[in-house]
Amino acid sequence: MSLLGAFNVSGSALSAQSIRLNTTASNLANAETVSSNRDATYRARHPVFSAAMNMFNDDSATVGVKVEGVVESQSELRMRYEPGHPLANEEGYIFLPNVNAIEEMANMISASRSYQYNVEAMNTTKQLMMATLQMGK
Amino acid sequence: MRFNLDKAMAMHEAAIYVRARRSSILSSNLANSDTPNYKARDIDFQQVLRNAATMKSGGAMKATNAKHIQPGGYSASTAELLYRQPFQASIDGNTVDAQMEKAKFAQNSMQYQATLSFLTGKFKGLKSAITGE
Repeated sequence: MSLLGAFNVSGSALSAQSIRLNTTASNLANAETVSSNRDATYRARHPVFSAAMNMFNDDSATVGVKVEGVVESQSELRMRYEPGHPLANEEGYIFLPNVNAIEEMANMISASRSYQYNVEAMNTTKQLMMATLQMGK
Repeated sequence: MRFNLDKAMAMHEAAIYVRARRSSILSSNLANSDTPNYKARDIDFQQVLRNAATMKSGGAMKATNAKHIQPGGYSASTAELLYRQPFQASIDGNTVDAQMEKAKFAQNSMQYQATLSFLTGKFKGLKSAITGE
């Protein structure tokens, strides 16, 4: 039944968007997590979405969203000269994550809007289904 | 006079099926509004309904041998899925315009409910004919 497919599709979108919100939250939370070397420093994480054909049935019309994975940003880490810091290396530098707070905020707003209209779509589908169940009464 | 429930329901049965399918296509578009390289899709309702009408009036293909590939009856899942012509595609190859898809989704839901109330009307008519009250 097609309407049930719509439920699954909206559900997969909700889960994908919540993963995106989760990565944004962890990026913002760790924006100031310092460390003394390049490898141990937190890097911004972003999910990679892809369209999942035939995720729920063989109908090519219902295309869900799949999170292929979470990738770490490879952009340059921030370095700050702070010789008094307990985590400073021999040259007196500390490493800060490559989290761009403005980018993350924009990402968060986009994700929450997407989440909202997928919830809306799900509610509408539910209403249609309830109306269908009442048919002939 | 022989009564035919199929005829009594006229096109509404086919219509409601196509509307339901269109609603899942449009929710797929909304779900994938942030997926890179996803292309928004839709069906041409007029075309699909016309196909359904031809199938119903006996214009469908028939297999003459059991070993031939059996032509499926009319189903909305065989309806041609088209790609939407984007007004402005994003740089990641996504062609979903969330606002437009939302509008179309709302429109389709209204049409679904309209078809439902037509069907309910048909049922009510039949019921009052049967009970004769």
